[in-house]
Amino acid sequence: MDTKLPPYATFGQRLWFYGFRVICGIIFFFLIAPIVTIIPLSFNAEDFFTFTPGMLALDPEAYSLRHYRAFFGDAGYPLTGLLAGLGIGIAITVALRFFKGSKNYFPIVIFAILGLIVGKLTGLEGEEWMTPMRNSLRIAPVATLLSVSFGTLAAIGLSQSHVPFKGVIMAVLISPMIVPLIISAAGMYFFYSRIGLQGTFMGVVLAHAALGIPFVIITVTATLVGFDQSLTRAAANLGANPVTTFFRIQMPLILPGVISGGLFAFITSFDEVVVVIFVCSAGQQTLPWQMFTGLREQISPTILAAATVLVGISIVMLAVVELLRQRSERLRGLSPT
Amino acid sequence: MSDATQSGPVLAADGTPLKRSLARALRAQKMRALMLIAPLLIFILVAFIAPIVDMLFRSVENQIVSETLPRTVVGLQDWDPTDLPSDDVFAALAYDFIEATERRRHTRLGSRLNYETTGISSLFRQSGRSVDEIGEEYTAQFVELNAAWETPATWVALMAPADWITAEAAWAERFAVVADAARIATQAVAEADEASVGQAAAAAAVARAEASRVELEQPVFRLSVAAQEVLPETSDAYRSFARTIQQVDEETPTAEVPWNTVYLALYRDLSALDVSGYNGPMADLLIEADAAVETFEGLTPREAWGEVNDGWLDLDNWATIEAFSDPFTAGYFLSAVDLQLTPDGIEAQPEEQRIYILLFKRTIIMSMAITLMCVFLGYPIAYLLSNLPSRTSNLLLILVLLPFWTSLLVRTSAWKVLLQQQGVINDLLVWVGLVADGSRLALINNQVGTIIAMTHILLPFMILPLFSVMKTIPPTYVRAAKSLGATNFTAFRRVYFPQSVPGIGAGCILVFILSIGYYITPELVGGRTGTFISNRIAYHISSSLNWGLAAALGTILLVLVLALYWAYDRIVGIDNVKLG
Repeated sequence: MDTKLPPYATFGQRLWFYGFRVICGIIFFFLIAPIVTIIPLSFNAEDFFTFTPGMLALDPEAYSLRHYRAFFGDAGYPLTGLLAGLGIGIAITVALRFFKGSKNYFPIVIFAILGLIVGKLTGLEGEEWMTPMRNSLRIAPVATLLSVSFGTLAAIGLSQSHVPFKGVIMAVLISPMIVPLIISAAGMYFFYSRIGLQGTFMGVVLAHAALGIPFVIITVTATLVGFDQSLTRAAANLGANPVTTFFRIQMPLILPGVISGGLFAFITSFDEVVVVIFVCSAGQQTLPWQMFTGLREQISPTILAAATVLVGISIVMLAVVELLRQRSERLRGLSPT
Repeated sequence: MSDATQSGPVLAADGTPLKRSLARALRAQKMRALMLIAPLLIFILVAFIAPIVDMLFRSVENQIVSETLPRTVVGLQDWDPTDLPSDDVFAALAYDFIEATERRRHTRLGSRLNYETTGISSLFRQSGRSVDEIGEEYTAQFVELNAAWETPATWVALMAPADWITAEAAWAERFAVVADAARIATQAVAEADEASVGQAAAAAAVARAEASRVELEQPVFRLSVAAQEVLPETSDAYRSFARTIQQVDEETPTAEVPWNTVYLALYRDLSALDVSGYNGPMADLLIEADAAVETFEGLTPREAWGEVNDGWLDLDNWATIEAFSDPFTAGYFLSAVDLQLTPDGIEAQPEEQRIYILLFKRTIIMSMAITLMCVFLGYPIAYLLSNLPSRTSNLLLILVLLPFWTSLLVRTSAWKVLLQQQGVINDLLVWVGLVADGSRLALINNQVGTIIAMTHILLPFMILPLFSVMKTIPPTYVRAAKSLGATNFTAFRRVYFPQSVPGIGAGCILVFILSIGYYITPELVGGRTGTFISNRIAYHISSSLNWGLAAALGTILLVLVLALYWAYDRIVGIDNVKLG
């Protein structure tokens, strides 16, 4: 299809041209509307799941933050955490500036956010939503770290020119993504109860790391396809040992791929619920678990607040992955091939 | 540089033949690659493949019958299924069952067999309560004959070898000392209530005493050779008794009177065998009893079991035990395809219990419907995206990627909220006037709900592969076709569409694989009619606890998915999976 309608287009062509766009618009609406609709609904002042007449009339009385208050609760020490994070961030920035002359103010923002989150999630006792949130934020980073470190190493191994049984190995490593989650969950439930991992933090972490690995493998091998092997040879030629070569030459170049693989692994663990249902016990219930239980039993509007927060998180993730992809393409465009 | 003139193999710098040197370098390279992959491979094998293999194993494993009722299973091997088993089998059942009851295994076996024949669970549970009465009339008669039969020491002398008796006595002595120390230490804790230092020390002493008590292991009961030879059944029954006492009650057989079933075994041994040649311990007692058993009266094992529960005189129950006595069974797989194993061979399940074929069919049909919906909705979008200038298409692509990145539960909860009878969509339809307020559409908790929500959730998985294929189709082909006189439609049908088919294939297989094993969304919006086979698997794992059947259903689903995965690999290549 051409992007613009030529001036000589017939009526039929015009009809088709605009008709097609309308159809696509409806499909885009179908894709995006459910996610967008729940955002205003989460500010509902009532316990309803639909727009009240007041909301439609844009009456400020009809909107409220009560579901968000229920979601966040009032436990934890967000302010202390925020201040501590700010302090650490400023100290690091000053130190960096003093020693390295860097004018990077990034650490302040990062540490302030981290401090806020850690402070908010400290000292929780049976909070309905924040305790699962804390469990999620404990499990996902450890699982991500495991899958990224193992996965990156393996991806580098797989991208070498002579790998015996490459097809079989690849199939095994990708299998967690292909096998239906319910089967993985069932198998893990049976096997982990045999070896005493069922209902432990370690069990959930191992399970999630296994599920995240295919994503790391796929993204990192994709980045390595564009990697110029003569760079490592040049480094070796100049006297660098393999470890130095890896950290100084290869790692910086494939870092965007590694990070986006890590984000995939993180989101896999953060969103995962089927395995959690079977493998976790009361101590490891995650946010998706809490949402699932809430949806199955007594659906409360707080779920919409939780969902909105999660949408916000996914928008941030999407933006980061997109930026990394662009940066990676830019880097690749510059590298000699 | 004399090498150049030399004939023979080409040599490397260090003098080895170049061929070997190259091969060595290649081997080193391969080893390095494998070393890099090995940690992950081991991790995946342990954390992921082992569980899957365990599940496959569970789908055929059936050791519970032969482990719980070992003697009965052996006895049933030459049983004629048209008649009740012989008294020997009933006696074997008594020996097995009393041990199973003491070890609290009989109810587990009962529930396992109940999957095959309803009612066995209650039969086992009820029998567990009165199985200890079997043989009590023989106990009474032996004791009446000679009170020595009532003392544990008689039995130990008769059954155990001398070295075991010595070892057990030594253990009992040490155990008494340690137990005493523990008691004293406990008392000290109670007395040193206030003085916290003394309390801590005393508590430590308690812990030490407890630890050494646990460490002190009782010598496992063994039978003497003589007893085994002269009283085979009795010695077997006694060993089962002695070990159970040791392991379950943590008591010593030297202080416990045997179960009634041991007296039953003794009666059966003495009536069947001649013990006059025996000259071991307690020979007089045994010979005296041997002479007297002819006058003993009591129920045969079969009658005794009939007293316990008349379910044991039912051929069907015996047939079930016999049919599932193999350590491996195809029973779970047969149930998973609505068949059952009966004594007469494989038969279809009764009409009202045939659900799994239906569920498999429903899962496949609904997955196909979802895949088709995804093609219809995804194709125009991918087409539009691949033909717009890249700035616009990147912007629109975000609309596809946002749902892709949004939590599955967020999307499912959104649909759950929107599709309700009092939800936004029904409100909108009523407001527009398409639907009367009284007859709001049932969009949730049925197949419609599952299909709508899952189409939405899986649509990005269709659009992305389609888009990546369509981007590579050169627009000049369509223009060439048009310039050769093709209409828009013909150009699309004959030129563009065939080139986009690989994308459709990849997207379809991906969406189909994902949807066929979906659990969360059907569970939340599917109600009763919109659920998939995976929901049944989850039900069997967490509610009905029929793990074998869950594993069999899972195995069938897994085979289905792997076949599709193989097809996907052949068509697209797993290396070509693109994310985002």
